Amino acid sequence: MTDTAIELIGLKKRFGGIFAVNDLNIKIRSGTITSIIGPNGAGKTTVFNLISGFIKPTTGSILFSEQNITQKEVHDIARMGVARTFQQVQIFPEMSVLENVMVGRHVRSKSGFLLSCIVPPQFRKQEAFIKTSAEKWLSFVGLNSMADHPAGTLPLGNQRILEISRALAMEPQVILLDEPASGLNARETLALGELIERIKMSNITVMLVEHDMELVMEISDRVIVINFGQVIADGSPAEVQMNPEVIKAYLGE
Amino acid sequence: MKKDYIGILVLICCVSLVPFFIQNNYYIGVFVFTGINCLACIGLSLLMGYAGQISLGHAAFIGIGAYSSAILTVTYHWFPWFAILAGVVFSVITALCIGIPALRLKGHYLAMATMGFGSIMHIVAVAAIDITAGPSGISGIPKLSLFGFELNTDVQFFYFIWFVVILGLYLAINIIHSREGRALRSLHGSEDAARAMGIHTSMYKIKIFLFSAVYASLAGSFYAHYVNYIDPDPFGVMHSVLLLTMVAVGGIHQLWGAVIGAILLSLLPEFLSSLTEFFDSFNITYQTDYDTIIYGSILLLIMLFMPEGLVKGISTFYKYTIGRYLIPKHETK
Repeated sequence: MTDTAIELIGLKKRFGGIFAVNDLNIKIRSGTITSIIGPNGAGKTTVFNLISGFIKPTTGSILFSEQNITQKEVHDIARMGVARTFQQVQIFPEMSVLENVMVGRHVRSKSGFLLSCIVPPQFRKQEAFIKTSAEKWLSFVGLNSMADHPAGTLPLGNQRILEISRALAMEPQVILLDEPASGLNARETLALGELIERIKMSNITVMLVEHDMELVMEISDRVIVINFGQVIADGSPAEVQMNPEVIKAYLGE
Repeated sequence: MKKDYIGILVLICCVSLVPFFIQNNYYIGVFVFTGINCLACIGLSLLMGYAGQISLGHAAFIGIGAYSSAILTVTYHWFPWFAILAGVVFSVITALCIGIPALRLKGHYLAMATMGFGSIMHIVAVAAIDITAGPSGISGIPKLSLFGFELNTDVQFFYFIWFVVILGLYLAINIIHSREGRALRSLHGSEDAARAMGIHTSMYKIKIFLFSAVYASLAGSFYAHYVNYIDPDPFGVMHSVLLLTMVAVGGIHQLWGAVIGAILLSLLPEFLSSLTEFFDSFNITYQTDYDTIIYGSILLLIMLFMPEGLVKGISTFYKYTIGRYLIPKHETK
């Protein structure tokens, strides 16, 4: 495993006349929690969309474990080990909670379409294995008691946790969490912070976009502040909090 | 999943009893057509209910199957089973040609593409007289034989087609509950999330489209070998819409919905024709054209009051009415 998990080199993304992301050069060390913060519309989610391949950059490149993933498809990037969650919860509402996490095992299992019809014995074995590993990740986030509920009936807070659990089931090297705390109450946010730290302990690099400053400052190893698509501050939570540029961006002049 | 297997057993029992209660060959024939529709609807349900894609051209795939069987056996004297296989291959190739461009895009492009394809195929069947014999149709299509045993009577074909339907249903159920099925259902739930899970969404959509085209093609081939005569009429866009109605009436999110919907709507015309006599006794002439109105109102009512289809609708209805009294209250939740 290399030391740098994600590297952005001269990354730019233009939407019409404006640069949502303007010349980002960031190296994310593996095994850390890095938060990207900034005012609304600063380009935080765009960065996530670029890394996970949902949108392609105008110029610049993205390296994941020193491999260039700039032009790769979303599902290929996921297969390589980059998982993500969404700002607007994207669960599969009609499937059960457990089945949602089982979908997360997709990249860690194999099957053929036509063979699935007749279910040969090795498929049954694999199916059982998919199920046990999904259950493992479900209990990792503490949702195992709800395994059989339809995912759509869960309260929003649990849906967010389910989304994280599903991403973890991919056993990724990097997980991108897009505002995981929005819509969560104080107690749930606290539990989320503890969960994110446990994710880091399992050797998964965490990138976090979040508005809840208390959470960000509590768990991050490094905080990157961006505004108008550019880095305006970068450092430990304490350093960033003292930075006059950041205060200006957040409070105005 | 266990429920599904029990359902299959129940279906096998019901189907095997039908010929004992119905001796009339005409009505056995109606049940054969019901089975053929069932087969096509199961495939369509996989595509619509599980992958969230709409095909308005499934009758064209039925047509490809039927015409392949007819032309290859009558004109080129192929062995029927090879002709059926060839029909499947043709259907898969055409489905690939439509599916690859249409399914790489998000949204309901497949519905439009297949509708266009459906009407083109119908026009071809009518106009390409040298190949399809045009509106006069192809007759003398040989009967199917199974292990050297010809399916001569309606009852024999009835058992054969329902065997195929149940086999098709069994395979489809297995797919739904496999890793592949979960991938399909997930892209119906949220396509972006499915992609972020590493699922090649357009590939899955194409695969399931091909799979459903195979079901339709088989249905068409069996139709040709059962009726022994085909013309372009039953393969028009209206039949595609009828198949869609069957799936929607039964409930698109369950395979069983497709089966129930296909059975109900295939038997409906028979019920309506008995209605004709009923109306006659009041001196009102009921014309078969009115059938369309009845189909339309059924679809409308189902969509208004049971948008999840009959299967789900009735089970919910049961839960909140009769079930309430049968199951102690704390368990109903």
